Amino acid sequence: MIRLDRSFVRKVNAMNVKLINPFINATINVLETMAFVKVDAGRPYVKTDNLAVGDVTGILGLTGVANGTIAVTFEEKCILTIVSNMFGEAMESLNDEIADAVGELTNMISGQARRELEQVGKVFKAAIPSVVIGRNHSIRHYSDGPKIAIPFSTEGGKFTIEVCFER
Amino acid sequence: MDTSIKVLIVDDFATMRRILKNILKQLGFKNLVEADDGTTAWEILENQAIDLIISDWNMPKMTGLELLKKVRADSRYARKPFLMVTAEAQKQNVIEAVQAGVSNYVVKPFTAEAISDKLAKILK
Repeated sequence: MIRLDRSFVRKVNAMNVKLINPFINATINVLETMAFVKVDAGRPYVKTDNLAVGDVTGILGLTGVANGTIAVTFEEKCILTIVSNMFGEAMESLNDEIADAVGELTNMISGQARRELEQVGKVFKAAIPSVVIGRNHSIRHYSDGPKIAIPFSTEGGKFTIEVCFER
Repeated sequence: MDTSIKVLIVDDFATMRRILKNILKQLGFKNLVEADDGTTAWEILENQAIDLIISDWNMPKMTGLELLKKVRADSRYARKPFLMVTAEAQKQNVIEAVQAGVSNYVVKPFTAEAISDKLAKILK
């Protein structure tokens, strides 16, 4: 479990803080199980712009006890390593196969996190994810709440999860 | 486990179909067909002799649960083994699938061993 410092907690409401750890746990579980990569979570922060820190992003809407979105944005080198591991063959460039894989990874992270959240009485439904590829693309969350970013590192590179729920 | 059977893999994500195909090939299955939604899967069922269905839940056009209900409601296919492989892991999902007659249920993410174990159970 990631410990959150007080200045971070002050910036986001209690609801959002409770949502963070299930997404961190789900991300680590999905990538370690499906892609056999060791994943280290960094310290969450509040993101103030819409610019993606990665080159390819999966984004998915959630509805239920709160409405919001999660986005998973990968550096090119990171996602190529992850998908190469998933397929057992080298992937060389960002293409439709990579986009499809990012969509499915986003879907699985959402599913795992929703399973953990259900155990504490928070039930969510998920939409089908969409994927954006390209340097310096923007990520549009569907709600106006704080955008909580959680950076992750792997041997193959970095990626970031963004979680944004309505205020 | 009879690996000569014909397996239909249904998932809207090509990534997941590819991962499942890789696992099934490693287990010795060679006769594999794919569909990217429930509607296409149903067309394949109507035209090919399918022995086992492995299906995702959340798909456009016809979901995995709708496909399962349609299969169970048709006497020609009602007894076909049906494995649900899905990220939908909330209690209500599992209850609905069991009530609709799913043979077994695997939650994504999964290991190759999890797929192998579930197949061994439903194909024994």
